[in-house]
Amino acid sequence: MKKAAAAAPGRAVSPLVNRKKKESWRSRIPTMIFLAPFTILFLVFTVLPIAAAICLSFTYFNMLEMPSFVGFDNYVRMFFDDDVFLTALKNTLIFALVTGPVGYILSFVFAWLINEFGRKLRSLLTLIFYLPTLAGNVYFVWTYIFSGDSYGLLNSTLIRLGIISDPIMWTTDTNYMMGVVIVVVLWMSMGTGFLAFVAGLQSMDRSLYEAAAIDGIRNRFAELWYVTLPQMAPQLLFGAVMTISTSFAVGIQSQNLTGFPSTDYATHTLVLHIMDFGSIRFEMGYASAVAVFLFAMMIIVYQVVNKALGKWAA
Amino acid sequence: MTTAVRKQEKPKRIREAKSARINRSLGGTVAIFVFLALASAFMLLPIVYTVVTSLKPMNEIFLYPPRFWVQNPTMSNFSTMAELAGELWVPFERYLFNSVIVAVLGTVLYIFIASMAAYPLAKRHTKGMSIYYTFVVLAIMFRPEVTQIPLYIIMAKLGLINTYAALICPIVSGTLGVFLMRQFMETVPDDILESARIDGAGEFRIFFRMIMPMVKPAWLTLIIFTFQSLWSTVDTTYIYDESMKTLPTVLQQISSAGIARAGAGAAVALVLMIPPVVVFVISQSSVMETMAYSGMKG
Repeated sequence: MKKAAAAAPGRAVSPLVNRKKKESWRSRIPTMIFLAPFTILFLVFTVLPIAAAICLSFTYFNMLEMPSFVGFDNYVRMFFDDDVFLTALKNTLIFALVTGPVGYILSFVFAWLINEFGRKLRSLLTLIFYLPTLAGNVYFVWTYIFSGDSYGLLNSTLIRLGIISDPIMWTTDTNYMMGVVIVVVLWMSMGTGFLAFVAGLQSMDRSLYEAAAIDGIRNRFAELWYVTLPQMAPQLLFGAVMTISTSFAVGIQSQNLTGFPSTDYATHTLVLHIMDFGSIRFEMGYASAVAVFLFAMMIIVYQVVNKALGKWAA
Repeated sequence: MTTAVRKQEKPKRIREAKSARINRSLGGTVAIFVFLALASAFMLLPIVYTVVTSLKPMNEIFLYPPRFWVQNPTMSNFSTMAELAGELWVPFERYLFNSVIVAVLGTVLYIFIASMAAYPLAKRHTKGMSIYYTFVVLAIMFRPEVTQIPLYIIMAKLGLINTYAALICPIVSGTLGVFLMRQFMETVPDDILESARIDGAGEFRIFFRMIMPMVKPAWLTLIIFTFQSLWSTVDTTYIYDESMKTLPTVLQQISSAGIARAGAGAAVALVLMIPPVVVFVISQSSVMETMAYSGMKG
């Protein structure tokens, strides 16, 4: 049953089965009632904002006057008339390209290693790795660890060990700010995707491993590459979606750790740029254009990852 | 999706897991253990530091050179937290009340609407449903931060600014929960539903009496995810009335005062951290069971 249902999207179901399924729901009315509450919320608070952002991105809009159509001006301005945007774009890409793949791979590696242990130890380790995500706002404690004076835990430890002689301004020195935010984002990257990996590995069909052993697979790595990973493709795609959603949206963490605006915009990101123009400067049209650009970037990356994973799993 | 093992195979699976695994060398297992211990230490360090800091008396917070561990643990930070809270613009209890209301109302609402939407998505095999499902999957990537500007305008038009709804709506319109519910509901055999229909049960009866009890792990998981994201919401865009703000806002206010408030800040952080952690620990096995069905087809 599971297999048939899994194959359903995209594959034509035989006419007989199809008719039977349709008959089983006596009318469309229950379906509508089931779908209505969520659909309304989804349309109003997710679909409509995206549509509105796309429309507003072609306008000048300051919340006081009616929006006025400006064509592609906002998009042109982003690339030719806004150096801070380019900085934010560069930083967002660095965060996404570092915390995305690294966080993703670490999530899988930890899940894979945790899977080697018995149930109790596995549950404990899952909890430990998921704890930073679970604890929500606790990452502010990193500001004490990275505190720029010699009271900061990291500075005092490094001074005592004789590695540095003067405290380092971790959160305001442009040489270190990026690194600090990356460390904290990675610390928080064992999220929903990680749980999916742990659970997916747990539900692997053991007989595949036995068959692989008979076929001559002799170590963990070969087993991982030839048996586990191909079987995990659906979970890997789910994890990728979750990773894209968090790694492109880095912003609040950098705001809380390095301040807003950060020194020389060294950790300024697109999400912060949207906040800056939207909630502080009230240039809604321009902020919307940045938002549309960011969302488009995420969709494109998703498509690429989706294609790549699909090709590889096939 | 096909990797998910059916429920009835579970006992066999657990028994096998206990037997010696193939392709495993002792050295490798030891190396993995050491590596995981180090990684766990890194993950736990800030959390432990939060706990330790919350127990430090003021003189130890200003101790130079600073020490990681606390020498004379005290609960004074928790009373300072209450005192500081008394000096806030609005009473501390008000923030707590707001947080609890938002988290509980939002979670209950989401469980209902997400599982209701998931039922036809999982069990009605029509073209329309599969298109809807595609949107659900794509929208998982969506973050409310990205479209906060139009969202603000919509909220303002609907008169939701400075209401609990402004905190709840962006989270309960997310599709992750619907997706997870749908994946789990798909595993409920069609035959059972079919025989219930033949016995004359209506769709609502089937949904509440049969489907919902069978997908208990899925909605327990949803409770954790939804509660956790609502509980940690810090919002300054749609809520500017201080008396409507949530508890994490207090944490930001206290911790922004710098190292002098480190103890009290850590105490607040600890208080905030406890509910989601407790809920997770209690229902961890349900979460794992649900996440096993989280896979998506490209």
